[in-house]
Amino acid sequence: MGEHHHGPAQGISRWLFTTNHKDIGTMYLWFSFAMFLLGGFFAMVIRAELFQPGMQLVEPGFFNQMTTLHGLVMVFGAIMPSFVGLANWLIPMMVGAPDMALPRMNNWSFWILPPAFLMLASTLFMEGGAPAFGWTFYAPLSTTYAAPSVTFFIFAIHILGVSSIMGSINIIATVMNMRAPGMTYMKMPLFVWTWLITAFLLVAVMPVLAGAVTMMLMDIHFGTSFFSAAGGGDPVLFQHIFWFFGHPEVYIIILPAFGVVSQIIPAFSRKPLFGYASMVYATASIAFLSFIVWAHHMYTVGMPIAGELFFMYATMLIAVPTGVKVFNWISTMWRGALSFETPMLFCIGFLILFTLGGFTGLMLSIAPADFQYHDTYFVVAHFHYVMVAGAVFSMTAAVYYWLPKWCGRMYNEAMGRTHFWISFIGFNITFFPQHFVGLAGMPRRIPDYALQFADFNMMSSIGAFIYGASQLLFLYNVIATVVAGKPISDEKVWDGAEGLEWTVPTPAPYHTFEEPPLVPKPAGTI
Amino acid sequence: MGRVFSGAVLAFLSPLAAAQNQINMSPGVTEIGADIFELHMLIMWICVLIGVAVFAVMFYSIYAHRKSKGHQASQFHESTKVEVAWTVVPFLILIAMAVPATSTLLEVYDNDEAELDILITGYQWKWKYEYLEESGEPVAFFSNLVTSQEEIYNTDEKGDNYLLEVDEPLVIPTNTKVRFLVTANDVIHSWWVPEIAVKRDAIPGFINEAWTRVPEEGIYRGQCTELCGAYHGFMPVEVHAVSRDEFDAWMAAKRGAAAAQTQLAMQTLSVDGLMDLTGKDDG
Ligand code: HEM
Ligand SMILES: [Cu+2]
Ligand SMILES: [Cu+2]
Repeated sequence: MGEHHHGPAQGISRWLFTTNHKDIGTMYLWFSFAMFLLGGFFAMVIRAELFQPGMQLVEPGFFNQMTTLHGLVMVFGAIMPSFVGLANWLIPMMVGAPDMALPRMNNWSFWILPPAFLMLASTLFMEGGAPAFGWTFYAPLSTTYAAPSVTFFIFAIHILGVSSIMGSINIIATVMNMRAPGMTYMKMPLFVWTWLITAFLLVAVMPVLAGAVTMMLMDIHFGTSFFSAAGGGDPVLFQHIFWFFGHPEVYIIILPAFGVVSQIIPAFSRKPLFGYASMVYATASIAFLSFIVWAHHMYTVGMPIAGELFFMYATMLIAVPTGVKVFNWISTMWRGALSFETPMLFCIGFLILFTLGGFTGLMLSIAPADFQYHDTYFVVAHFHYVMVAGAVFSMTAAVYYWLPKWCGRMYNEAMGRTHFWISFIGFNITFFPQHFVGLAGMPRRIPDYALQFADFNMMSSIGAFIYGASQLLFLYNVIATVVAGKPISDEKVWDGAEGLEWTVPTPAPYHTFEEPPLVPKPAGTI
Repeated sequence: MGRVFSGAVLAFLSPLAAAQNQINMSPGVTEIGADIFELHMLIMWICVLIGVAVFAVMFYSIYAHRKSKGHQASQFHESTKVEVAWTVVPFLILIAMAVPATSTLLEVYDNDEAELDILITGYQWKWKYEYLEESGEPVAFFSNLVTSQEEIYNTDEKGDNYLLEVDEPLVIPTNTKVRFLVTANDVIHSWWVPEIAVKRDAIPGFINEAWTRVPEEGIYRGQCTELCGAYHGFMPVEVHAVSRDEFDAWMAAKRGAAAAQTQLAMQTLSVDGLMDLTGKDDG
């Protein structure tokens, strides 16, 4: 076994040419954090402009570029790559594999991302400015009426799609083929399960997104009229295609987050996950349902009533498996021996706020009521509760939870808890009042607003600055840990942690499980 | 800061502050608006109840099952019975929600038998209204934002209806079923007036339908709700609901003006006549 335990290459070539899942995971994580800060900067511009009624800082056209880039960078640059990074680090270690199944492709999946985002960001400096049609880029605003930079946007989306598809194929191949003997499907940690299902969603819908942007490209440059009624096309067709990708996409974002929470809550409850099997089935049903609910984003486009009813009922159904998950997490905590280290705090924050976002989701699914909610700040509040307090909180929990394992150093717990509380409070000051202004009638994506919305908007902006600033504390804590955190060597960093990744030495060596491990007992069950 | 806190406190405590810091949907003035509002409140309260129950359990657990208090973890980890229960019970609750939701949706879609048809067309960045009637002079006009650039760029005091005021509002009669045919000329817009609970996307090349019956006279304001380019935030909707008599008088005046316009356009004038008409005599 292991005659030459070679370590990483030296210098920049280590990172450029690496096929090591841990290196690639690290790069994904740092890249996504950089994108999180960039997208966050755009958000600060938005909130600064909305601090008071009237136009103060930017012009309306530029404001739209900010909202568009903020959405695109956060969804495709921050959240999605961060979970791919986590998958890279953890899936091989969780299933007892030496690396990902397709390591060279893994290198490519990462390295095509930075140029894609560089290209997307460079549109800011192009004539006519960056894309300004929202992250949902509805035609014809994004075709006939778009700035020339839209072509670069389309190319960037294509590259992101290729990267995601390659990453997903890799995850599917790893999970299907590289599990250690004895690691049956129903013994896999939930994080692996949720990612396996997510990977299938990605493979299914990223090509649809690629199709949508290709049709845009044809409309813009090659004289077709897919999305133009004047030439026999249909602008609503765009929305159907986009949301056929877009709704599964929101679950692509949240399912790995569910997986993370399902690992961490049992660890700090010192009790196995409640209802492992039902968690797997709930995840699979959510994934299935996510394909048949897309038009709940389109209740006001004038669908026939049969369509409205179908999509309303199907969307309401998603609340059932989502509820099952929440109940299972709480039952896991019930009669455990709970402690509240930073990862657990973020998971409890997730549990409370994600559930709130689920409730507003249920409200939005009611078609007649959505006529009043649609495209207002109420929707903005909903999706930030599920995406920020859901996906981003769980990602943050994951970093605090596994970072000590990765680098063999402990983060500063007091600073971590401070980060949690500032985030939690800042987040709610930002987004809770957005429910109010939305219900009171404030449309989304506007650079200026009527006077009755002024107070809550100011509150929202203040909250956003607080939440934004707290992320710098996070950055500082992570860097301080990696560089000079207290060294630790216990294999199990947390006494309640379960799973194969906690059986390798701390810090995790460059190569793990070169020989398949014995799978002692199923993670998450007994 | 001061304003933020006083604003927040007022919003919760004082009904007087309702217009300032409204925190809930308005039931509006129409029957459908009231139905939607009730539906919204019903679902919200059900969510609140479930939320309170679920979080009560969680917080109790956080309080009572702490390791720091020396609580020992049990090791139970599954129960088919409870899993079935918390799948079936929410499902039943959803059915209870779907019933009123379906009937309200049917009402919203009941576009038949309108007494007045109005074609609404979205433009970057204004609305055009056309009264579609079989007889009489056609009445059509654009409706533009009138809030001044000075107000928007903070060199002038902002008026009460900042960003929600137009030069020519849409005028409709009360107690009349009005059907809106909604379309657009360039990109997608969306025509929304919260108080009458009508929101419909305006899609170029397609015509959507919506309807209302406004029982009370009044001024109802709204905005475009689909991102439609740079000035999406600056194309408000203003609807004046007036009594039937007032509406007829308004319509007659509009028709008169329209007729005069048409006549003017149809006239064959000599050069002298044209000079007279424009009042420009360079003689
Ligand atoms: C109980 C589960 C959920 C239900 C029933 C639900 C329902 C809805 C509905 C009906 C809308 C459309 C609202 C409108 O535009 O008028 C919506 C918007 C949205 N939801 Fe959810 N949702 C749920 C969970 C989630 C999750 C988990 C995520 C992501 C992590 C998410 C992300 C979004 C986003 C991003 C939008 C807005 C898209 C846009 O227009 O920009 N939702 N949701
Ligand atoms: Cu959706
Ligand atoms: Cu608009």
